[in-house]
Amino acid sequence: MPTEILMPALSPTMEEGKLSKWTVKEGDEVAAGDVIAEIETDKATMEVEAVDEGKIAKILVEEGTDAVKVNTPIALLLGEDENESDLEEAPSGDKGSKANGGSAPSAPEPEAKGKEPQKEDEKLGRKDGPVSVLVAMDKAEPPEDPDVPEGTEFEEQTVREALRDAMAEEMRRDGDVFVMGEEVAEYQGAYKVTQGLLDEFGERRVIDTPITEHGFAGLGVGAAFAGLKPIVEFMTFNFAMQAMDQIINSAAKTLYMAGGQMGCPMVFRGPNGAAARVAAQHSQDYAAWYSQIPGLKVIQPHTAADAKGLLKAAIRDPNPVIFLENEILYGQSFPVPKLDDFVLPIGKAKIARKGSDATIVSFGIGMTHALKAAEQLAEQGIDCEVIDLRTLRPLDIETVIRSVKKTNRCVTVEEGWPQNSIGSWIASQLMVKAFDHLDAPVLSVTGKDVPMPYAANLEKLALPSAKEVVEAVRAVSYAD
Amino acid sequence: MAAAKTPSQTGTGQRRSRSRSQNSSAKTRGKANENGNPPVGATAERPNTETAEKSAFDPIVFSKDEDLKAYREMLLVRRFEEKAGQLYGMGLIGGFCHLYIGQEAVVVGMQMALKEGDQVTTTYRDHGHMLATGMDPKGVMAELTGRRSGYSHGKGGSMHMFSREKNFFGGHGIVGASVPIGTGLAFANRYRENDCVSITYFGDGAANQGQVYESFNMAKLWSLPVIYVIENNQYGMGTSVARASATTELCKRGESFDIPGHQVDGMDVRAVKAAGDFAAEHARSGKGPMILEMLTYRYRGHSMSDPAKYRSKEEVQKMRTEHDAIEQVKKRLMESHGMSEDDVKAVDKEIRGVVNQAAEFAQNDPEPDPSELWTDVYVEA
Repeated sequence: MPTEILMPALSPTMEEGKLSKWTVKEGDEVAAGDVIAEIETDKATMEVEAVDEGKIAKILVEEGTDAVKVNTPIALLLGEDENESDLEEAPSGDKGSKANGGSAPSAPEPEAKGKEPQKEDEKLGRKDGPVSVLVAMDKAEPPEDPDVPEGTEFEEQTVREALRDAMAEEMRRDGDVFVMGEEVAEYQGAYKVTQGLLDEFGERRVIDTPITEHGFAGLGVGAAFAGLKPIVEFMTFNFAMQAMDQIINSAAKTLYMAGGQMGCPMVFRGPNGAAARVAAQHSQDYAAWYSQIPGLKVIQPHTAADAKGLLKAAIRDPNPVIFLENEILYGQSFPVPKLDDFVLPIGKAKIARKGSDATIVSFGIGMTHALKAAEQLAEQGIDCEVIDLRTLRPLDIETVIRSVKKTNRCVTVEEGWPQNSIGSWIASQLMVKAFDHLDAPVLSVTGKDVPMPYAANLEKLALPSAKEVVEAVRAVSYAD
Repeated sequence: MAAAKTPSQTGTGQRRSRSRSQNSSAKTRGKANENGNPPVGATAERPNTETAEKSAFDPIVFSKDEDLKAYREMLLVRRFEEKAGQLYGMGLIGGFCHLYIGQEAVVVGMQMALKEGDQVTTTYRDHGHMLATGMDPKGVMAELTGRRSGYSHGKGGSMHMFSREKNFFGGHGIVGASVPIGTGLAFANRYRENDCVSITYFGDGAANQGQVYESFNMAKLWSLPVIYVIENNQYGMGTSVARASATTELCKRGESFDIPGHQVDGMDVRAVKAAGDFAAEHARSGKGPMILEMLTYRYRGHSMSDPAKYRSKEEVQKMRTEHDAIEQVKKRLMESHGMSEDDVKAVDKEIRGVVNQAAEFAQNDPEPDPSELWTDVYVEA
């Protein structure tokens, strides 16, 4: 049976084109790969190649014909064992094999096409209804923090020491864990977070890199693809912008693009946000940026205990984790439980202060302002509940909603810029999921919408402060 | 690093015959550097210039089995790609689709030089690499048509496919991005102290990317077992190498890092295999990275929607008729290995059958279940 040669498409959007020229005539023998015709659209001219060998038995569309629809038979090809008499068998497009040996391009419809979106949601096990934005990570409640046994001793540790202990413990536990970055080994860490690791683990596992973020982030991704568990330290996350393509396109997306075959079990960590007087290029909060990316988990702890428990969890997690630290917090001390293996759940917010009048939601260094403001507000008779998100993706919005159902008011605090901030996402989620419980619009206290200035007074003005949080809470409480 | 070129190293205007370049490297070892690296580019020249010797590697003699294997695998890639082009034309394959037609000898020859456990990574012109590493044509084609039995369950497409089983680590859509990743695979080999080698392919276009040089630096600094295979098909999309690159001998791009590099006739699968053997031995024995610049040619446009107006038909035709990798092997099979035309045709028919089956499968396999939208974003911790 003759094979139909079909009008090809030059692009997925092409519907028709001009068959401008035949470079073969009836009776010609062609081999696979031979150019047989040229077709033209308003954008380009392309050559059509034969895919099978045989004889051009009949040209069905003359050259110069305009507006030939894609997939129209344009010629008939006779195979080796066929002759002219076979031609009569295939006069229409329904009979005879297509150029491809298969039937025409009738891609099966996705099963759920045409169904109502709400039903689709139910099928996916989601009960949010059609109006809410579906998020891949919305699912059952995250586990609670493990109980710290009664009588457990606590020791005062800086965030810096807690982070180092977390890495050291995980490196002792798993030989596939290693740390690499600028100045992490011999210099003992630009901010001394990796202090002592080289001595204990040696240069095979504690690796000084050249100052090439794009390259070593990508190298870390490759090592993780191979099954190792790299901890890639960025001297600060400002420099990770050079590595953004590897973080997002390679680390975050590969599991999905590989249909689950291979993921990227690694941690990117380092200080994030403003330090002190280092100006615009070295003072940016990336929390909102990374929190937008499906495939990444994003953590930004405040206390030393959370830093330790969550970094250990991040290193064990089989997904790429962005672990945002803060230079100013490195030196601050908090009680850390003295336990052999203190691991906290990723994706669980913590109520840092119980209260009933208004909810303040923050994370990282923003918690400093939030807690300070809560103290001042308590003196003014407003009893605030303060929630430390700890993880920004997956975001524990349920804990926030539960609190807001009690307080009916919410203020968010972060160092990043206002547009598309973590606060604006929380506000939108509260509007969707707790609209009837809100007695006031959600207010967000953020960094100002300017690059970070150098001058001491201007820098102070650019950053959020406890004073601003107090004002915002008083505003949502209609206290003034 | 490498000793300055002497007149005898720069080519004499005619194709020289040389017994394996291991000898040449051994000969120059003392002079070149202390790492045993042959002088970079010492024997390398550009095509289309007055220079002559194209490859530092003379083709080695292939047995009948080797030639037949090469023929079969290269033909599989070509027929597969022709079929993919056709399915694209029928609207069954969407998006970008970059065909490997013309470059088959590179990946097939390199693969013949590898051993179990060696890893492969490349950019987006990746169908040939997947087939050469032994991935199932059905699964690859079904991914191209976006169906559920595709290697990525229809979620990756032409540019993003992987196989842990076959040590194929992608399929990366961003020019240059696979280079640090391939270097990281080599890092993992070094970390685990195994003797596996990472083969990191990229194109002449990617050879100008910054992250490539960041990777070169670390690979040499840490002596990582990686072979950088630059598939120089003369055009980065529509821009010729000369119009995009300040220096066009890409095999020399490792000079600043003391990474040896060689130019290879990428249209001759035997030369590719010889170069692959040499580089793999170099990397496996702890000497670190090596660059192989494969001089090759893609017959088709950059992607399906590229009419390739930036080069003449004559240029393409000349490569196809005078240098075609598959035709060279076919000729040897018939002239040196005693195969008849019918014998060769039987292989052709078999390969065509494999490809037709893959195409048939890829059209009839259902699209992914809608629930698949939400899977594989995270590994459950």
